[in-house]
Amino acid sequence: MSTLHNTSENPKALKLGPIGTLLMGDKGGQRLIMALIAVAIIFPFCNLVFSEGSFLHVSTYTLTLTGKYLCYALLALSVDLIWGYCGILSLGHGAFFALGGYAMGMYLMRQIGDRGVYGNAELPDFMVFLDWKELPWYWFGFDQFWFASIMVLVVPGILAFVFGWLAFRSRVTGVYLSIITQALTYALMLAFFRNDMGFGGNNGLTDFKDILGFDLQSNTTRCALFIASALAVILGYLISRFITTSKLGRVLVSIRDAEMRTRFLGYKVEYYKLFVFVVSAMMAGVAGALYVPQVGIINPGEFTPIYSIEIIIWVAIGGRGTLFGAVIGAIAVNYAKTYFTGAFAELWLFMLGGLFVMATLYLPKGIVGFIEDAKQGNGTSNRFYLLFKNTPFSKWFSKQSSKGSV
Amino acid sequence: MKRIITSLICIFAFSSGVQANAKSDNLIKPPGFADAIETLALANTGNSELSQPKIESEKNNSQSTLISSIKSLDELAGQLITADYVTKKEIIRNIATLKDSRALPFIESILQGELFYIKKSDQLVYRQLLDNKKYLAVSALNGSELGEFKKRKLKKIGINNNLRGEMKTIIATLKITSTDPILREHAALEILKGANENTLTLIDLAISKETDSSINEILMTAQAIIHLKSVDPLKRIDAIKSLEDSLYVESRNALMLFINENKLNNSETSKEEITYAQETVNGIDKLVTLNNVAENIYFGVSLGSVLLLAAIGLAITFGVMGVINMAHGEMIMLGAYTTFVIQQLMPNHAGLSLIVAIPAAFLVSGLMGVLIERTVIRHLYGRPLETLLATFGISLVLQQAVRSIFGPLNQDVLTPSWMAGTFTVNAGLELTFNRLYIIIFSLLVLATLAVVLKKTLFGLQMRAVTMNRPMASSMGIRTGWVDALTFGLGSGIAGIAGVALSQLTNVGPNLGQAYIIDSFMVVVFGGVGNLWGTLVGAMSLGIANKVFEPMAGAVLAKIIVLVAIILFIQKRPRGLFALKGRAVED
Repeated sequence: MSTLHNTSENPKALKLGPIGTLLMGDKGGQRLIMALIAVAIIFPFCNLVFSEGSFLHVSTYTLTLTGKYLCYALLALSVDLIWGYCGILSLGHGAFFALGGYAMGMYLMRQIGDRGVYGNAELPDFMVFLDWKELPWYWFGFDQFWFASIMVLVVPGILAFVFGWLAFRSRVTGVYLSIITQALTYALMLAFFRNDMGFGGNNGLTDFKDILGFDLQSNTTRCALFIASALAVILGYLISRFITTSKLGRVLVSIRDAEMRTRFLGYKVEYYKLFVFVVSAMMAGVAGALYVPQVGIINPGEFTPIYSIEIIIWVAIGGRGTLFGAVIGAIAVNYAKTYFTGAFAELWLFMLGGLFVMATLYLPKGIVGFIEDAKQGNGTSNRFYLLFKNTPFSKWFSKQSSKGSV
Repeated sequence: MKRIITSLICIFAFSSGVQANAKSDNLIKPPGFADAIETLALANTGNSELSQPKIESEKNNSQSTLISSIKSLDELAGQLITADYVTKKEIIRNIATLKDSRALPFIESILQGELFYIKKSDQLVYRQLLDNKKYLAVSALNGSELGEFKKRKLKKIGINNNLRGEMKTIIATLKITSTDPILREHAALEILKGANENTLTLIDLAISKETDSSINEILMTAQAIIHLKSVDPLKRIDAIKSLEDSLYVESRNALMLFINENKLNNSETSKEEITYAQETVNGIDKLVTLNNVAENIYFGVSLGSVLLLAAIGLAITFGVMGVINMAHGEMIMLGAYTTFVIQQLMPNHAGLSLIVAIPAAFLVSGLMGVLIERTVIRHLYGRPLETLLATFGISLVLQQAVRSIFGPLNQDVLTPSWMAGTFTVNAGLELTFNRLYIIIFSLLVLATLAVVLKKTLFGLQMRAVTMNRPMASSMGIRTGWVDALTFGLGSGIAGIAGVALSQLTNVGPNLGQAYIIDSFMVVVFGGVGNLWGTLVGAMSLGIANKVFEPMAGAVLAKIIVLVAIILFIQKRPRGLFALKGRAVED
C-alpha cells in the first residue's frame, strides 16, 4: 500500500495519485475501498477499546468471522479476474486457495515447536504419531516466515503456470477447461487425504499456537490479521483493477468475447491467459494464507470440488466482470450461509441451489448488474426486471421507464 | 514312552468308537461316518496328547468309559457344565459320534463361545441380547425359550486352545462326511488349511468315499502337502508332481517350506527334488500372475461398465446436446432411491422388484430430466457455463430434498439371491455374479441406446436437431420437444445406472457425487457425440484404475488416472473419438 503512495511522481497523477487514477470512474470500487478502510479501522477499534458489555463492542467472534469473509472476498476477486475478464471458468480455484493455506499452515505448524502433544521440537504431532523419524524435505524452510510467505505465492503460482501452460497451449477452452480444473482439485483432494503425503492427512494442520511470536488467540493478533485481510482485499482490488484497465486488460476482454478473432489479430492468446491465470492463483493463495491463521485449521476438505464451485456462485451473484461485485457477492452469500446454516440448517442447500438457478436465469449480471440496469432503465435484458415490468413495482427499479413507458 | 501312551490311547479310541457305532445303529447314518470318526479319534490322540503325562491319559481313559455308557446328546451335553477340559474333550468327541443332527451346530456354538448355561437350573442355552440389556435364553437342545436373564445369571461353557483345535477337526470331520456337497467342500478347504500328518488318515478315507471331483481335488492337494514331509522319496516326488499347477496358497507355501528345509541337508536326491519343487513353484507363480491379471481385468471391466452406465446418459446430454448437466449424478441417485422405494413396496420379492425398478427408475429420472429441461435449461442454450452453474444448483436441491425425505443415512437395498454367489474359474480365481450381471446389463443398455439413436424416428429427429437446428425446425420437427425428450432420455438412462449401482454401493444422498467427476472424465476422454467413444473411454478408465491399484493403492491409482487424463486432454483436446469438421470449433 504505502509503496504505491510513495512512488507517484508522475505530474499528471499528482492530483489524484496513482490509486486515484486507477479508480477514476469506478464508483463502485471507490465506495468499496472506502468501506473496507472504514471496516478495517472501526472493527478492531470497537473490539479493543470498548468493553464486552458495551453497545459498540464488536465481539472477537464477529471480527474473526468478518475476517474470514474478507479472505473469501479476495478469493472471489481472483476468480472474477479470470472468469469475468478472461472467460476462464475455473472450477478448481479452491485448490490454489488451499495450497496457500497449507503453506501458511506449515509455517504455523513449525511454530508450535515442542508445545505439541508429543513435545517434539522438530516434528509436528501427526508425524510423531505416524512414527516418522525426520522432517520430509518439502517441510524445510517453513520455520521461517519469509520463506512461507514466498511459498504462499510460489506454490499456487507454479501449479497454475504448469497447468495453464499445458491447458492453454493446447487450446483447452470452455467447459473442457472447467471440467479438468475440477479434476485437478479433485486429484489434489485425494492426494492430501493420504496420510503418507506428510500434510496431516484427513485432519489437516491445526492446533496452531502463534504467528511471528504473537499468540493467535489474543484479540490484538486477531485484529492485526483482520486489518491485514482488509488491506489484502484492497490491494487485490487495486491490482485487479490495474490489470483490467491496462491495455493487457483489453486484450483479455477480447479473448473472453472472441478468442479466435483475437488470435487471428496476432495476439498470443495463451500467454495472456497464462499471465492472468497465474496472478489469479497467487491472489487465491494469499487469501488462503490469511484464512488459515484466522480459522485455525486447514484440511483437505478445502480441495472439495463443491467449494470451488461455490466460489463461482459468489462471483455470479455479486456480478461477474465488475470486481467489486465479486467482493459484495462473496460477503453477501457467506453471510447468508452463516445465518441460514445456523437458523435453518436443512434449508441452506435448498437456498444455495436456488441461488445458482435464480442467479443464472434471472440475474445474469448479478446484483451489481441488476442495480445498474435498473438505474439506467434498460432492464429489458433482465428477466428479473421483466417479472415486475407491468406491475407498480417497476418504478422502484427504474426512474426512466416510469416516465417513458406511456 | 510316547509310543506306549499313544498305543494306549489308540486302544481306548478304538473301543469308544466301536461302542458309539454300535449304539447308534438305529439313527440315520451318512456313509463312512463312523469310520471317519474312528480315524479322527486315532489322529487326534496322536496329535494333542503326546505331551501329556501318562497318568492324566489314564484318568482320561477311565472317565471316558464312564461317559460312553451314556446315550443321548441331552445327557452328554448336561455333563459339559461341570466337566474339566479333558473330560469336555471326551464329551465332545462322543457327541460327534452320536449321528444327531443337532451335534454339528452344538459343537460349533461351543467353539464360537456362544453356548451358555443358566447358573440356577444348569440348562444349556444360547442367548440373544434384548433391548432392555437383558438376554433371552433359548434352550440349546430343543430351541424353547426359557425367559429373560441378566448377564451374570448366564455362564459361558469355557474352552481352551487344545480343545479349540480338537473341535475344529471334529467339525471338519462331521462336515466332510455330511451329505451336503457344499458343506463337504467347506470342510475340505478347512482341512487343507490345517493339513498335517494327523489328518492324513482322515483325508485318505475321505478321498476314498468322495464322489465330487472338485472336492476330491482339494483333498488330494491336502494329501500331497502332507506327503511332502514323508520319508519316502518316491512319495515326495509324487507329491510335488501332483502339486503342479495347484493354485491353493497352501500348496505354494508347502513347496517353499519344503525347498527351504531341504536346502540344509545336501544329499543328491534332495537336490533333484529341490530343483523340481522350484520349477513347480515357478509354474504356480506364473499361473498366479496370470490369474491376477485376469482378475484385475475383470474388476476393471466391471468398474468400466459401471462408469459406462453412469456416463452414457451424460454422453447424450453433453455429447449430443452440448449441455453440461452437473445434476447428472443426482439422476443416478434418484434411480437408486427408486429401487429402494420399490423394494419397500414389494418387500418379499427382491428379485422381481429389481426388474420392476428398471423401468420405474427410467421414468422417475427421465421425467425429472424433462422437468429440468423445460424449466431451466431451455433458457440457457448456447451458454454452457451458465448451464453448468444452474444444473449444479439443481443437484444441490435434489440432494437436500432426498436427504430431507429419506434422511442422511444410507439405505439398505437388498440383493436378490440370483445375483449373489460366485463363479469359480479355478482355485485362485473367483468371479462374483453381481459384477458379471452389471457388465452384461451395461452392454445391453448401450446396444439399446444405439438402436434407438440409429433406427427410430425419435433418434433420427434427435440427430437432425443436433446437426442443424434451424433446418430441422423448418422441416417440421418440434425442436423444443426433441430437446426435452433427449434430455429426458439421458436422465432416464442415468436412473437405470442408479438401479445397477444400488447393487454395488451404498445408496445415500451423496451417491451421485461420487460418480459425476468420473463420468465427465469418461465423456471427455472418449470424445463427445460418440457412443463408441464412451464405451472405449469407460472401459479403458476402468481397467487403468484397477491395473494401477495393486501397484500404487486405490487413491494413488485414481490420482494417476486423473493426471493422465489431464495430460491426455492436452494432446487431444476433444477426446479419443472427436467429431471432425466444422462442428469442432463452436
